[in-house]
Amino acid sequence: MYRATICLLMLTLVSGCSDQWGWYVVDPTTKNGAVNLQFLLSGLYYTVLLSVTAISISVVVGLLIALPGLSSSRPMRVVSRTYVEVVRAVPILVLILWVYYGLPQLSGLTITVFWAGVIALALSDSAFEAEIFRAGIQSIAKGQYEAAHSISLSYADTMRFVILPQAIRRILPALGNQLVYMLKMSSLVSVIGMQELTRKANELVVSEYRPLEIYTILVLEYLVLILIVSAGVRWLERRMQSDERN
Amino acid sequence: MGEGAEPIIRFEAVDKFFGSFQVLKKISLEVALGERVVVCGPSGSGKSTLIRCINGLEQHEAGTLSVEGTKLGQDHASLNRVRSSVGMVFQQFNLFPHLTVIENLMLGPVRARKLPREEARDLAQRYLERVRIPEQADKYPRQLSGGQQQRVAIARSLCMEPRIMLFDEPTSALDPEMINEVLDVMTELAESGMTMICVTHEMGFARRVADKMVFMDHGEIVEEAGPETFFNTPKSRRCQDFLQKILQH
Ligand SMILES: Nc1ncnc2c1ncn2[C@@H]1O[C@H](COP(=O)(O)OP(=O)(O)OP(=O)(O)O)[C@@H](O)[C@H]1O
Ligand SMILES: [Mg+2]
Repeated sequence: MYRATICLLMLTLVSGCSDQWGWYVVDPTTKNGAVNLQFLLSGLYYTVLLSVTAISISVVVGLLIALPGLSSSRPMRVVSRTYVEVVRAVPILVLILWVYYGLPQLSGLTITVFWAGVIALALSDSAFEAEIFRAGIQSIAKGQYEAAHSISLSYADTMRFVILPQAIRRILPALGNQLVYMLKMSSLVSVIGMQELTRKANELVVSEYRPLEIYTILVLEYLVLILIVSAGVRWLERRMQSDERN
Repeated sequence: MGEGAEPIIRFEAVDKFFGSFQVLKKISLEVALGERVVVCGPSGSGKSTLIRCINGLEQHEAGTLSVEGTKLGQDHASLNRVRSSVGMVFQQFNLFPHLTVIENLMLGPVRARKLPREEARDLAQRYLERVRIPEQADKYPRQLSGGQQQRVAIARSLCMEPRIMLFDEPTSALDPEMINEVLDVMTELAESGMTMICVTHEMGFARRVADKMVFMDHGEIVEEAGPETFFNTPKSRRCQDFLQKILQH
């Protein structure tokens, strides 16, 4: 992964010498280049904030959807199943447009671009989180529930202290993947005017006419961001494992 | 165990099915306060199911089963009352792998019995001493031997201060050299006057501690007798054959 990044960087720098490239637009040694670069990087704030807010909500909603899906009552399972199937079927871009333009008409509330993005991303992701939680919880041995039952734990305590801590350890890689996915999908919120990485790049392209350089920077921004997140998830996994072992 | 005292556990014509398969057939059994019962029988005869009914891990379909006078299978409140006075030890230990030994022991007392943490910790430490592994308190289950894990599981049950203890083949998953350390703990518990029902094929242990032996086959209690009679003059053919097989090794 890291080697691939370095290769890509070298490639772009070398080819930057040919006439097709005009790196001056983002050359930090010039005044204009530095301003442009800073403009591009400033999108990072909303990309991260949007993704982290959305995934925090979707993890909670996903869990609340997964639990009835695991119950012995059929109606509860049907509700959970239906939610997952319906939400999963709607493309994220469509959901973003529907929440931003449609939902205010329906509810009469005005909604900011940021919260429309958060709601759409969280809603869409919650169906996947629910599936992840369901698989994680189902992977815990029956004996754990029986032991919890035999020491008189309530259902809520069994979940909170026995099942979920073990399930979350197992699904951590999958949750990490969802965060990566969310960071990428947040670029779609640019269509309703969210000032995140992609939107900033689009706006700069319009004024500077250098799509090649600007979008290359955009690619690198996502790449670095996601490599950092991946490393963070791996670190967390290792730490949780050593917690159990040492 | 006074004569005529109300039994602490009473099965009356209990039936239990898995789908169309009948696992328990007209089970009637009484266990008195402080009595030690050992249940044995061939694999699949319904021994586990029998004791799992007592703490509500399985529900029976017909007949009545009462524990300390509370009928099971009525409502949630009665189930909760019953399971708080019944402890259970499993063949596979079922310790919580993400918690340390002391946390395994404290969870029930803190969450279910609502004891303050410090009190729960003292209680847990006391029971760890009783099963003779006080020094392992801060380890994780996977760092212990099988015998030690099973003793932790026994201590975890005892921390709930149950009046009845159920054991489902507690030594079957253990290496031979670890069986005795677990049986010793169980013997001590029996001597302390705990009401116990043990599913086990450890016949030496059964002879030492049992007040009553129960032999099951195909979902029925085929033989029920004191250990003297049970081992020396079993009545039924099936029980004789079983004992012969099991006592050979
Ligand atoms: N949840 C279940 N669903 C269907 N059948 C079951 C279930 N649990 C147990 N059985 C069946 O019920 C019968 C009795 O099971 P049980 O576990 O009580 O036997 P056991 O005497 O404890 O046997 P073992 O010595 O193997 O532990 C077996 O034939 C088993 O296959
Ligand atoms: Mg069994």
